[in-house]
Amino acid sequence: MSHINLDNNLPGIRGLMAFRPETAEPMGVLANILLRENKGLKQAERELIATHVSYLNDCFYCHHSHGEIACIYLGGDRDLVDQVRKDFLHAAISEKLKSLLVIAGKVQQGGKFVTVDDIKNARENGATDLDIHDTVLIAAAFCMFNRYVDGLASHTPTDMTSYPLRAKQIAEKGYGNHIFSTKQPAPEKNT
Amino acid sequence: MFRPETGKPLYDLAQVLLRGPSPLSEAERELIAAYVSHRNDCMFCMSSHAAASRYLYGEEKNIVDEVLNDMQRSGVSNKMKALLNIAGKVQVLGKKVTPEDIAAARLLEANDREIHDTVLIAAAFSMFNRYVDGLASFTPTDPATYEEMGKRMAKGYVLPNKQA
Repeated sequence: MSHINLDNNLPGIRGLMAFRPETAEPMGVLANILLRENKGLKQAERELIATHVSYLNDCFYCHHSHGEIACIYLGGDRDLVDQVRKDFLHAAISEKLKSLLVIAGKVQQGGKFVTVDDIKNARENGATDLDIHDTVLIAAAFCMFNRYVDGLASHTPTDMTSYPLRAKQIAEKGYGNHIFSTKQPAPEKNT
Repeated sequence: MFRPETGKPLYDLAQVLLRGPSPLSEAERELIAAYVSHRNDCMFCMSSHAAASRYLYGEEKNIVDEVLNDMQRSGVSNKMKALLNIAGKVQVLGKKVTPEDIAAARLLEANDREIHDTVLIAAAFSMFNRYVDGLASFTPTDPATYEEMGKRMAKGYVLPNKQA
């Protein structure tokens, strides 16, 4: 049960955004810039960083939600997403993304864990200032989103078939207040 | 500012969380921000938000340093202690907040909005602290710099204009 009175038809961060739309607004804007832009890092790479950090923070709702969105961008390669979650060093991703995931993992522990060598290594693998900035801010932002969702014990669906449906909605329409103000995605009925 | 596109929603979030309508006073919300930043060992965020909180508490400004030194023995209300306890749990990880922590806050008459705002402030500073330290931003060391910063912050959070 959630720690405060939320609409349980709205899972995870959606129920929290509906509870306080004024704070939901800038969070939606932030998510759209950090996760939907194609300048520098690709959308799939951005969602993989979000998934990995949420997994490290043990936030079930967030790592499954963002994992499914990454999966869509990766043409359905769920195994790759799962490998990035748990053991990205052996995943079939670029050396650049691996070195950025190292930085994201350090940020998850605390900002000061990021070393000069971590940054140097990412640069040697072709990461730009913007790539490093966005990686750090995506990781930091998910340290917020994950704590918000779990800190208020927002409703976490256990029906795993519901995650791809919400992911499809995000992949098509992006983040923002529509994810709680419009009808929640539901399985298509056979007619 | 390196990335004004993300700067804008970050400032907007700080403004609505720390200055927007809330049953918690601005001084109390800045205190939660300073307390979480202190626990995250983020010198810049701790110093600046502690300064803003001191300024907003006015004559009661000693409360801020009492809380940063030893929250449980400080002079804040028991309700504020229960909320700071929740903020401290959120700083560690969302799941560390227990139904007992929430029940203790409710017993001291904390309502849903106060609990929500406490958790989101603590979560947001778990982001801001990591953003600042993760990119090793410049951190001033002179306390007078922070006192001035605190006064400015008390007026609100607006994205600075591009320097001419």
